[in-house]
Amino acid sequence: MKKVQFKSSYSQYLFLAPQLGILLIFLYWPIIQTFRDAFTMQDAFGFGTQFVWFDNFLFIFDDPAYWIAFKFTIIYSFVITLITASIGLLLAVQANNVMHGKSAYKTLLIWPYAIAPAVVGVMANYFFSERFGLLYHLFNNLWGFNWYESVFDSYIYLIIAGSWKQISANFIFFLAGLQAIQRSVIEASMIDCKNSIRRFWTITFPLLMPTTFFLIIINITYAFFDTFGIIDTTTIGAPSGETRTLVYKAYMDGFRGLDLGSAGAQSIMMMFIVLVITIFQFRYIEGRIHYN
Amino acid sequence: MTRFITSGFSHFILFIGILIMIVPVWMIFASSTHTGLTINTQGLQMFLGDSFYENYLRVLLYKGGFFKEITALKMFLNSFIMATGVAILSVITSLMAAYALVYYRTKYATLLFWIIFVTILVPLELRIFPTYSVMAELNLVNSYFGLIVPISASAIATLFFRQFYKTVPDELLESAKLDGANTWRFFVDFLVPLSKTMIVAMLIFMFVFGYNQYLWPLLVTSSEQYWTVVMGLKMMSGSIVHRFAFVMMSMVPPILIIIVLQKHFIKGVFQDK
Repeated sequence: MKKVQFKSSYSQYLFLAPQLGILLIFLYWPIIQTFRDAFTMQDAFGFGTQFVWFDNFLFIFDDPAYWIAFKFTIIYSFVITLITASIGLLLAVQANNVMHGKSAYKTLLIWPYAIAPAVVGVMANYFFSERFGLLYHLFNNLWGFNWYESVFDSYIYLIIAGSWKQISANFIFFLAGLQAIQRSVIEASMIDCKNSIRRFWTITFPLLMPTTFFLIIINITYAFFDTFGIIDTTTIGAPSGETRTLVYKAYMDGFRGLDLGSAGAQSIMMMFIVLVITIFQFRYIEGRIHYN
Repeated sequence: MTRFITSGFSHFILFIGILIMIVPVWMIFASSTHTGLTINTQGLQMFLGDSFYENYLRVLLYKGGFFKEITALKMFLNSFIMATGVAILSVITSLMAAYALVYYRTKYATLLFWIIFVTILVPLELRIFPTYSVMAELNLVNSYFGLIVPISASAIATLFFRQFYKTVPDELLESAKLDGANTWRFFVDFLVPLSKTMIVAMLIFMFVFGYNQYLWPLLVTSSEQYWTVVMGLKMMSGSIVHRFAFVMMSMVPPILIIIVLQKHFIKGVFQDK
């Protein structure tokens, strides 16, 4: 914290008021309602609500559809993180390596970041449509690809659609991370080690650890939440609910099924998962990597 | 010589990466300039056709058959209002909140910090129905206010501004105090001008974030008068080429902003010199 500060006075709260006000009304109040929903159940006639302890939670744990969505969310975020981080890193290393055109490459690779996930989904739709989708027909000729019926194929569809734009974000952050490494470190390592691939894995990559872990969190958050727009414009859960993320399922249960108790309980489970990941990041990862 | 070969390899990999990014978008664009008949009989196109003006003008201006009450032009206006509102509101509130957190000495510092930053863990998707019922209770459904404010309830920009303020040398406040600046004057005359790069970067970031919202506008606007472009994708009907044209146009504003203001964006986010 700063050594020189102002003394606390009412003016401090004037500066805080706009943000705190918005957060309290539009964030804390809804969160409190989420908890209220999760621990109550509306009776069948809509006359009143009843406090039911953990019934809504037990109900979702008993529901096979919840675990199907759970499994998909884990696989999806893992694969998207792996693919986008690897390709993003590969491209960033090459862009950092070239003498000419560095900024042109940056511009040509940065723009997909700005496209909305829902727009990406609609575009992916055209490439995976049975009628004229190029990728649909390519994969169909290769192994009989049919995402309307095969769970595996619908995973492939969503992984391609979900990874495409996220490569760009990974590229930007890795490139910035690479450029932040001091020239002297790289030059010293060039004298010690002639093999450029070994040099990368022993010197450069460890120095990129902070960026890598930051991106892992960014990519997991993206796969958890931002992919809603992609799923809603592509498979909508096809073949039969196997490609719904936890967030997508909670929304559908609340919206279509009007089951706010279940939707609330699912939201709280999701908050819990996000909290665990965050704590894990702070406790185990931040402590073990080196910042320079 | 080896230098030349490895650099050639790098260019090759980057070229493939760029192709993967550009080709899908290009094909949708090329296809959007053909007639529906061409697409239906020959599939997606690689080269430009000659129905560009016809298709794009129709999508922008047609009202009634294509969209029942609203033209795409009005949707762009709505998206622009929403994105600008989100950018300005969240940046101003974050700038001020971060200032209060960094520049005041108080025993509640930790508590205030947590009240603000724990919200990053709870994205709108996790509280979407309760947020909707709050909006309904406050009578804010179907309004620009309803589109903008819940999206602006975000502490991400606050986190960035806080990090930035911490890098500002203490001497700045010391000399400002000697000059007799009070808290407000120090904020307006010293800190805000100094944060210009960061402010521009956060405005860009929040604009794109607001423009790209999909689920929230879908839920909070039952009146077509408030439809935005990105949610409009879910609602669009009509010929396939008109849909291509609409998709193409929907991605132009955020891409343009990111490409044109790229330097400012990267400079702010990574605090490059």
